[in-house]
Amino acid sequence: MQFSDYEWVAIALSLKVAALAVSASLPLGVTVAYLLARREFIGKSLLSAVISLPLILPPVVTGYLLLIAFGRKGVVGIFLQAVFGFSFSFRWTGAALAAAVMGFPLLVQAIRISMEAIDRRLEAAAGTLGASPLWVFLTITLPLALPGIIAGTVLAFARSLGEFGATITFVSAIPGETQTLASAISAALQDPDGEPEAWRLTLLSILISFTAIFLSGFVSRLVARRVGTVS
Amino acid sequence: MISVSVLHRQGDFVLDAHFEAGEGVTALFGPSGSGKTTLVQMIAGLTRPDEASISFDGMLWDDTDKRVFVTPHRRRIGYVFQEGRLFPHLTARQNLLYGQFFAPRGERRISEAEVVSLLGIERLLNARPATLSGGEKQRVAIGRALLSAPRLILMDEPLSALDRTRKQEILPYIESIRDRIKIPIVYVSHAIDEVARLANRVVLLDDGKVKAQGTPAEIFPDATNLPESLAPQSMFEARLIGHEPYYGLSIAEIGSEVITLQPVDLPDGTLVRMRIPATDIILALERPQNISALNHLAGTITSLANDGPHVLVSLDCAGQRLVSRITLLSAERLALKPGMTVHALFKAVTVDGGSVFHLSAETAAS
Repeated sequence: MQFSDYEWVAIALSLKVAALAVSASLPLGVTVAYLLARREFIGKSLLSAVISLPLILPPVVTGYLLLIAFGRKGVVGIFLQAVFGFSFSFRWTGAALAAAVMGFPLLVQAIRISMEAIDRRLEAAAGTLGASPLWVFLTITLPLALPGIIAGTVLAFARSLGEFGATITFVSAIPGETQTLASAISAALQDPDGEPEAWRLTLLSILISFTAIFLSGFVSRLVARRVGTVS
Repeated sequence: MISVSVLHRQGDFVLDAHFEAGEGVTALFGPSGSGKTTLVQMIAGLTRPDEASISFDGMLWDDTDKRVFVTPHRRRIGYVFQEGRLFPHLTARQNLLYGQFFAPRGERRISEAEVVSLLGIERLLNARPATLSGGEKQRVAIGRALLSAPRLILMDEPLSALDRTRKQEILPYIESIRDRIKIPIVYVSHAIDEVARLANRVVLLDDGKVKAQGTPAEIFPDATNLPESLAPQSMFEARLIGHEPYYGLSIAEIGSEVITLQPVDLPDGTLVRMRIPATDIILALERPQNISALNHLAGTITSLANDGPHVLVSLDCAGQRLVSRITLLSAERLALKPGMTVHALFKAVTVDGGSVFHLSAETAAS
């Protein structure tokens, strides 16, 4: 299978966008998952609902909301531009933001479930041995949740690779800047002669997603055995 | 010295307990559901009582009136849980070091090497908890608690998940901790043999209340203290003075009296505690001749208590309390009265290694 330079750009961009989306949202995802799994606070169910929203809302709506908030005329967008000289608009970082928002519920959910499955008595035991709550989190909760963190990361990564609706609404599909695999396939389909290209990219998408899922399953099992959650 | 005073409601169950525990092993003893585990969790700060005043060596740990609550990780307690609770993602050795890591350097009184040899876990160090047996896990858990340089050790039925053989395997280790490491231990149990073997003091819990507290010798002969499922028994102290290899017997003395028992594997001079159920002691008005029972102890009746169709007779034998359960008929025939001198008889075969426990000098003194 031969890819044109144009296609390579879309592939590389997709991977870059997904990688940034996932790595930037992971710390927040772990924190939110921990709060939802372990703490009681006012507005917990609201937070849980807001995070899940991108799963249910039409992606176009999510993209539009991002545009309203982070676009050139959005409140946050104006602030970021004025204070940091930074803008998400029509930039690949904007595509990453859209991908991160769309993948976030999957990330949080997987980590939350794995944290809820951890025996809280182990955390209590660590506390009696002198570990402060932060130490307990870092040395007990986090390592035991690792299989879930890996699974969530891969799911969010796969979701980010495939993100289309929110991305195109928020940052359009500018080749080399915001045109990811999915937008490239969509663009190819608009072209009367684009069918072979659409096919190549489609096969490639399948290959990438399949590899990601397979790898995550493998790594998760490996880690689960290592941390002893599965013997 | 830990001082505990709590009032806590959980549905219909009311825990209203007040006790103190000092040096050595204090057993929280009582039937399941009497509130023992809840109490130690409160001492550790894992459960917060409705009303509490818990202090240790003058430091307030939990006081609802003064609004003081010290979080568990600042109490420096070595908590040994029923189920071990080893961290599954760490090896046995890493589990041990986990406790040590948080212990202030200046207060580490026992080294990893000492703990490892004390508990006999040299061969287990590189294993993961999933591959250890229940007894091995519990030994590592005890080691982990010891290495955290605790001011107080809480053991919540550490042997209850183990079979008889495993229990026998671990008890000596707990004994050596009691005798070699001078840290107060609160030991939760509903098994009288563990308590007889380990405890310096007993706090008897029943339905959330402290029914009695004192030495095992004071608590266990008294039927009014005990749950119905438990028969009164004597717990008295004696010193081993010799062995009769030909007859397969050990000899011990109580005051000026000499008694014989099944051979016990302890050196001469060892102070031991013996446990004899009240039903195993026969009373006679004169010292009998030509009788197979080898042990005849003269004693003075201190009290008689009706116990259903039976009478519980308490005796003072050379300063030790013995209790015998006899029928009302026998009590009337012998016309037993407080102050009378009688002879307590029991067979040497009823006292074997399973009911003779060595005591350290400190244990005996209290």
